[in-house]
Amino acid sequence: MTPVMANILNVVCILVFVVFGAAMLTWVERRILGIWQDRLGPNRVGPGGTLQIVADMIKLLMKEDWVPAFSDKFVFVIAPTIAMFVVVAAFAVIPIAPGIGVVDLNVGLLFFLAMTSLGVYAVMFGAYASDNKYALIGGIRAAAQMVSYEVFMGLSLMGVVMLAGTFDLRQVVLSQQDGWYIFPQFIGAFIFLIAGIAESHRTPFDLPEAEHELTAGFHTEYSGMKFAMFFIGEYVSVLMTSAMITVLFLGGWLGPDFAPPLFWFLLKTIILVFFMILVRGSLPRPRYDQLMSFGWKCMLPLSLVNLVVTGALVLL
Amino acid sequence: MKKKTGLGYQIYLCFDYIYSALVTLWGVFSHTFTKADTVQYPDEQPHLHPRFRGRIVLTKDPSGEERCVACNLCASACPTDCISLQKTEDESGRWLAEYFRINFSRCVYCGLCEEACPTYAIQLTPDFEMAEYERQNMVYEKEHLLIDGPGKQPGYSFYEFSGKAVSGRQKGEGINEAQPVDVKSLLP
Ligand code: SF4
Ligand code: SF4
Repeated sequence: MTPVMANILNVVCILVFVVFGAAMLTWVERRILGIWQDRLGPNRVGPGGTLQIVADMIKLLMKEDWVPAFSDKFVFVIAPTIAMFVVVAAFAVIPIAPGIGVVDLNVGLLFFLAMTSLGVYAVMFGAYASDNKYALIGGIRAAAQMVSYEVFMGLSLMGVVMLAGTFDLRQVVLSQQDGWYIFPQFIGAFIFLIAGIAESHRTPFDLPEAEHELTAGFHTEYSGMKFAMFFIGEYVSVLMTSAMITVLFLGGWLGPDFAPPLFWFLLKTIILVFFMILVRGSLPRPRYDQLMSFGWKCMLPLSLVNLVVTGALVLL
Repeated sequence: MKKKTGLGYQIYLCFDYIYSALVTLWGVFSHTFTKADTVQYPDEQPHLHPRFRGRIVLTKDPSGEERCVACNLCASACPTDCISLQKTEDESGRWLAEYFRINFSRCVYCGLCEEACPTYAIQLTPDFEMAEYERQNMVYEKEHLLIDGPGKQPGYSFYEFSGKAVSGRQKGEGINEAQPVDVKSLLP
């Protein structure tokens, strides 16, 4: 097999796996939440409910794909595309295992941060183009939320960058051979986890969509496949955040030798995904002034302290 | 009250947020091993208690006679006016319902008819599987409502206790029944 062929295979496999995984996640999440809430969750379609996603797909495809007459059509259509595109693009730099991974950029981490920051455009474009007051409030909240978490998200990762001395994610993983960064960078990992949940707009940081207050927030006017793209985007972003924590703090594919590297990577990622579902199932949604004060008064100072201490220790 | 400020309080608040979040997470996680409360209804039947208020029946007394005496108390107690009946009499002068009709598409299963009934004739039963494709089929006539047994009140027969004279038994001959007081006598 030529290198080009291998690359293409790599790309296609990862893309299919990620999108399919995200679709499966919608079912996994409902089952897991069911367990934690003492009920069953969808268990009717197929063995144990595994074919639920097929049913959901058919339903979404059958739905009228309506573009409101009062909307800004071009922006309305482009918003879900951005939502899906940025998270899938950010997946490109994640090194999954030796030889598996789309690309090893030497600015991989920065590329990741850039792509996730672009994600807010999807929300704000969707909100603005819908010409709907609920959507607009959702969009404003998304902006408010973004300025609170985006700052400490970047800062929380700088500790890892200092320790590893590189922005290349594959090098970051390899430099963890002597010990995962979760131990020296515990606070950084914790802060990044919170930022990652905020990044994927999930409870308790789902202020932009807050069903109970804003119908569906920024995607109120969306239906059919456009809605599905927002939805899948959210789940890909859950996978991405988990994969990113695995790579940065949990030693990526590193693990005992008796199982292949891919297994360790997937295991760690899946545990983190479960943890994010647990968070969704337990924590209430704060008001958005509370969220901002939490971001600016708790998380930002904490990540700055972490940064200063790490810097001092690296220098010593 | 003075509003608390200052760095110390701020740091305390941070840890308080985080601590309470962790406690909640653990609380939810501990439900991993508890059993689901769901009853998967058509596959599993739910347990219904004997006093569950479902489909309404008209019962018979132990001798196999209809209990209903067509007094209309149930119909007037019914908040949705879904009971309709007409009184008639048999040869002995006993009151009976000529027709007795309950429109279950209006019934709210409140049980007030059962409470109003002086003869325990009308009773609610633990059965709710009454779905129909046509609304007209929700109207039950007397022959659909009547059952052969005494329902939740075995052994009760209204005329044994009521003190009302019917053919075959005069006043004072019922169970636990004293002879009628002669109001015109002065004897103690
Ligand atoms: S249960 Fe309530 S609503 Fe139904 S027939 Fe009796 S009194 Fe009427
Ligand atoms: S069911 Fe009871 S309350 Fe209703 S008419 Fe008959 S005896 Fe009277």
